[in-house]
Amino acid sequence: MNQTAELKPASAISVLAARGLQKRYGAVVAADDVSFNVGRQEIVGLLGPNGAGKTTIISMLLGVLTPDAGTITIDGIDLAAQRSQALQHANFAAVYAPLPGNLTVIQNLRIFGMLYGIKNLSARIDDLLIQYDLTKFCKSKCGVLSSGEQTRVSLAKAMLNKPDLLLLDEPTASLDPAVARDIRRQMSDFATYGGGGVLWASHNMTEVVDVCHRVLFLSHGKIVLEGNPKTLPEEYGKRNLEELFIAVAREPLALELV
Amino acid sequence: MNFRRTYAIVLRHFYLIRGSIARVMPLFIWVVVDIILWGFLTRYLNSVSASSLNFVPMLLGAVLLWDFFMRVMQGVTMAFFEDVWARNFLNIFATPLTIAEYLSGLVISSIATSMIGLVFMLVLAMLVFGLSFAAYGLLIIPFMLVLFMFGIAMGIFGCAIVLRFGPASEWFIWPIPALVSPFVGVLYPLAVLPGWMRYISYLLPPSYVFEGMRSILATGNMDVTTLWWGLSLAVLYVVLACCFFTGIYHYAVRTGLIARYSSESVS
Repeated sequence: MNQTAELKPASAISVLAARGLQKRYGAVVAADDVSFNVGRQEIVGLLGPNGAGKTTIISMLLGVLTPDAGTITIDGIDLAAQRSQALQHANFAAVYAPLPGNLTVIQNLRIFGMLYGIKNLSARIDDLLIQYDLTKFCKSKCGVLSSGEQTRVSLAKAMLNKPDLLLLDEPTASLDPAVARDIRRQMSDFATYGGGGVLWASHNMTEVVDVCHRVLFLSHGKIVLEGNPKTLPEEYGKRNLEELFIAVAREPLALELV
Repeated sequence: MNFRRTYAIVLRHFYLIRGSIARVMPLFIWVVVDIILWGFLTRYLNSVSASSLNFVPMLLGAVLLWDFFMRVMQGVTMAFFEDVWARNFLNIFATPLTIAEYLSGLVISSIATSMIGLVFMLVLAMLVFGLSFAAYGLLIIPFMLVLFMFGIAMGIFGCAIVLRFGPASEWFIWPIPALVSPFVGVLYPLAVLPGWMRYISYLLPPSYVFEGMRSILATGNMDVTTLWWGLSLAVLYVVLACCFFTGIYHYAVRTGLIARYSSESVS
């Protein structure tokens, strides 16, 4: 069952360093002094209840939301100062950001491949179509694909530039269990053998235990817990990660080490 | 500036147009409607007018040039609206693409689509109604350049408005040419306008084009200094529109509008 989370990060070098990220929307604090790293060959789970600030943090890391304070470096490049160069090293797939439905799979991959400056783009697209089992849909418009197929297209887009930092926001939310397992394996292989780091936001605790080396628990815009998803529940007297999640969501301040 | 990224934006628009009859037809339909309507009107005016004035280059030529301005403006906004309609901002703006590259892509897309419309208009107006741009001499080149640049400026300005106020604000953009046209004297000399309207006209580059065009047809020449003024204003508006779009983009990134565009407001 457990596929790759046993593998320790082979490198402690950070592909992502977020320091003191702050974001307010009026009176609402979406991110409050958030600092964390993602290392090479590491998959970090970003967990938290709805509205905890996960998507705000991912938006800041993607350069589509400016933090009120704090810094982000991707592969050592300051995102604020060198946005274009930094984003060359990152990519993402999110359930709320499907690719344009009025373009075919191959057209979308070609356009985003050009935006990310991929060399030998046609060969790279062919590889990804095979890897994500999309060859038979390559000339289909993305809008007519099932949600699971669209997710696979988004993941193929996210892998176009073999990113050093891969941001995934509920990447398996619309996939059937068999495909979801394949995707988890592929993402784990990407981190293990590709050398990139992954930040993985998910509400599926089984999945998180399965793939993540480390998790960050967010509540009200703050990181309230951090640790190994296998040992963390026990440290706080909970039976599993789901129980710990519920405890964090309901009473983050009442959590105590046992 | 990475031209491959700019080309990606142009290619995206080409794919969309190539794959959709609904996007191809508007490049021609309104052109045909305008040329037919104004062509027969000018032919009728020529037949009933006692003067020796030829209304074909005067009115039909002006309408054709104004249509060119509208095609350029809509070329920019339509390419932008494709990202609005596809809710593609998050995907697009999370790439290494810069604002300059994105805007350049929109402008080049507009050049391509507006040129198709222009050639079609010219051929139709020439074959059916005998209109020839040769009547304006070489000055047709700066005339079109001014209209092109003003169309680009208005298109980018319109994109910034929609980026700021959300998809529903498209409504503000479509009527811009209709709102501008009374002030620039497409069909009549600026002298017929009341004083306050003329002050606005002097700030609008197309005014100098249409005044110059009428002057050439009436006297055979025009004051080229006024055309330089129009061209300078057009360049200024392009720069201002780019700055305005960039400012709105930074506002959208600061407030989270890009990340949550469909909500239309995050304030």
